[in-house]
Amino acid sequence: MDIVLPTAILLLLILSGFAPFIQQAQPHRAGLLMAVLPAGLFLTLLGRLSAVLAGQVFTYQLAWAEALGVRFSLYLDGLGLLFSLLILGIGALVLIYGGSYLHGHHQLGRFYAFILLFMAAMLGVVVSNNALTLFVFWELTSISSFLLIGFDHEKEGSRFAALQALLVTGGGGLAMLAGLVLLGQIGGTYEISQLNQMADILRASPLFLPAFLLILAGALTKSAQYPFHFWLPGAMAAPTPVSAYLHSATMVKAGVYLLARLSPIFSATPEWQTLVTGFGLATFLAGALLAIGQVDLKKLLAYTTVASLGTMVMLLGWGSDLAIKAAMLYLFSHALYKGALFLVAGAVDHETGTRDVSKLSGLRRAMPRTALAAGLAALSMAGLPPALGFIAKEVMYETTLAAQPVSGWLTAGALIGNALLVAVSGLVGLKPFFGAAGQTPRHPHPAPLSLDLPPLLLAGLGLLGGLLPMTLAAPLVQASAQAVLIQPLKVKLALWHGLNPMLALSTLTLALGIGLYVGWQPVWGFTARLRWLGRFGPAHAYQVGLENLRRFAAWLTYRLQNGYLRFYLMTIILTTVALAGLAYLRSTNGLILRNDWGAINFYEVVLGVLIILAALTITRTRSRLATIAIMGIVGYGLALIYLLYGAPDLAMIQFAIETLTVILFVLVVYRLPKFTRLTSPPARLADFLVAMTGGLLMTLLTLIVTARPVVPHISEYFLQNALPLANGRNVVNVILVDFRGFDTLGEITVLALAGIGVYALIRLTIGRRQVIIPPAEEE
Amino acid sequence: MTLLLAIVIGVLFTVGLYMMMRRSLTKVLIGLMLLGQAINLLIFTTGRLQRAKPPLIPLGAEQISQSADPLPQALILTAIVISFGVTAFALVLARQTYTVLGTNDMNELRDTDIIPKYHPESVPEEEEGL
Repeated sequence: MDIVLPTAILLLLILSGFAPFIQQAQPHRAGLLMAVLPAGLFLTLLGRLSAVLAGQVFTYQLAWAEALGVRFSLYLDGLGLLFSLLILGIGALVLIYGGSYLHGHHQLGRFYAFILLFMAAMLGVVVSNNALTLFVFWELTSISSFLLIGFDHEKEGSRFAALQALLVTGGGGLAMLAGLVLLGQIGGTYEISQLNQMADILRASPLFLPAFLLILAGALTKSAQYPFHFWLPGAMAAPTPVSAYLHSATMVKAGVYLLARLSPIFSATPEWQTLVTGFGLATFLAGALLAIGQVDLKKLLAYTTVASLGTMVMLLGWGSDLAIKAAMLYLFSHALYKGALFLVAGAVDHETGTRDVSKLSGLRRAMPRTALAAGLAALSMAGLPPALGFIAKEVMYETTLAAQPVSGWLTAGALIGNALLVAVSGLVGLKPFFGAAGQTPRHPHPAPLSLDLPPLLLAGLGLLGGLLPMTLAAPLVQASAQAVLIQPLKVKLALWHGLNPMLALSTLTLALGIGLYVGWQPVWGFTARLRWLGRFGPAHAYQVGLENLRRFAAWLTYRLQNGYLRFYLMTIILTTVALAGLAYLRSTNGLILRNDWGAINFYEVVLGVLIILAALTITRTRSRLATIAIMGIVGYGLALIYLLYGAPDLAMIQFAIETLTVILFVLVVYRLPKFTRLTSPPARLADFLVAMTGGLLMTLLTLIVTARPVVPHISEYFLQNALPLANGRNVVNVILVDFRGFDTLGEITVLALAGIGVYALIRLTIGRRQVIIPPAEEE
Repeated sequence: MTLLLAIVIGVLFTVGLYMMMRRSLTKVLIGLMLLGQAINLLIFTTGRLQRAKPPLIPLGAEQISQSADPLPQALILTAIVISFGVTAFALVLARQTYTVLGTNDMNELRDTDIIPKYHPESVPEEEEGL
């Protein structure tokens, strides 16, 4: 049992709760102060790297709902460690950065609270061992993402984007839950580490494919894979630190994490290889192509994030040892450079007032530190030596070249995508900072250190990782790849691989990319004219779908909730009769009716017929007084039945209450209008027929129930213990005032409330002018 | 007797539901009361009938073995009292509805927003004092 993991999550949650108060107490240093916790946790977990590399796992378990197989169980292996370090490390930087970026914002405290909530949830996702624990944390990340995208909730665009992200990722999350439950049902456990050991058993089940498809839906939506990618660019409505953290470095990688985590179960099946690799490649190309034509720094970065997520998914889909290594390396290097570039974009936006690349240029003099961070990060993104991104790209090419029999397709796709990434990295990392100074809404001046240091740190790490790959990157990549493959793997990374096909491809990529970058203006201008194609895209389908869903809901509500009580009742009766009838038809027993109905006396027949006739008369009479009198007959008749069949208490209360009701009715009814016939005879007949099917159903139910043997129940206990335990000889009374005394107390409370309500309603009329009502017409 | 009571239950349900589908609010209330009676009898009958053997422990005896089931009786007793509370409240509410809105027709009580349009003269003028 390892107490550090649950403590970390708990501490982050607690800090999240207190964040607004800390912000109030220390408005200038709150971010820095709070960053201490994730930074400390980062170092704690970093200290475990060598143990994890040696194959050790840290686990924690807490019983939750054992009968359902739900445990709060956590598990830290190499994959979880890589993600945890990214989450906590970048999280600490984002807290520092965010405090400065949103300085003076009236809801900064709320920002801290949401970010920390997300941090706790995301950490929970990557260390959960129980599939259902994972689901809970997974949805919590969706919710915190919703809150953060909608941070500027006064803006309609923000609210729209937040809802869109929530619906897409939340819908996928529900599909994933269904898939996980299926897996759990097949395997008999919800512990992922155990499920990963029983791939053969799981694959033999006919439910395997549905489970896979459902889980895939969860992963694809969360990681913004085509055709669900559109929520991610929309999520750029969030403040830039949020985009850097959630929508680039961590949360959107949750889908990648899920695929990696479950790949021992699924990978190497043909469905997995085809679908996951296919979706990944499609997303890679779509993201890179959609980035063309964007001039907003954040949108550019968002689409390239989509492309990079596609790369990771594609590599995981391929699933060879090399591909897993490439995926983990790419994931690590992407988190570093993309996080840095987003933070740079935020700093530029903060200091100049615009994020439009066509307007930004020559900022290197005014913002030298920001320019340095941007350059370093762009180096890695473009895949140029000596940055870590270069190694990642080389390993990626190595994988696609070895990916028989589709190596040609994958390599060509990767080449196109990477070339576009080179062009975009130039636009984001070079274009704003070089050339002549451009006109910006605000005169640029250096960003504060708190805005520059976090991206510098991340970008610097990306560079160092390339220079010292065996020290900085290899251990993490090896630990996580081992965890994905569940077998030892030796990872060797080097900047120089010698003259080989990968280097040739890299050179070609660079040449193509530079060409694109130089000619970006005509290319961007051309794609701007193709915008109308978006009308056929998934984003549009989402909008149309949502609009139609709303319309359908409105139509259905209008149909069902039309305000006519008669209609409601008919719907309820007919639905009940139909469902009960269906259940009856499906039951194999059929209708079992008793032969002997019990003895019957002449006066009982008279009593029964009297009640039936009285009840039927009510439907015909037009006199209010007669109705009340007949109601009395029905009530007294029932009281007599109770009396005859061993229920004297019931009979007494029925007599008393019936009398009271009649008196009450008489008092009130003359304040109410006379009865009129408002409905036409055919409608009345229809009503009566519908009501009769309901009545018939109840008669049948009574006969079916009474034909079955009595199941022994608690009444025996009451009968035996009334005297010894409660000293009462009237068992019904003992039940009411002793065995179930609290129920009776509740009943008294209800009566008292009704009494107060009656009193209040009567008092309300006093002092108000009485409305003179024209007498209702008699028929 | 079970057969007879099953038929009585069916008739009470039929009439109760039919009355609840009327347009007059008063009739709806009557339907509600009948429905309550029907449900009580349903619980009573499905609890099995036992003629003239109330669950009363005779003096001198420690317990009673063959008697009517006390549990449905306790349930129905509660139900009778509660439905009286409901009836009383509903009656007064119906009266108040009629006083304020000037109509007793369920079809006109569909929407509080449109009633004044149909009965402009019957809307009380208490707003003046507010």
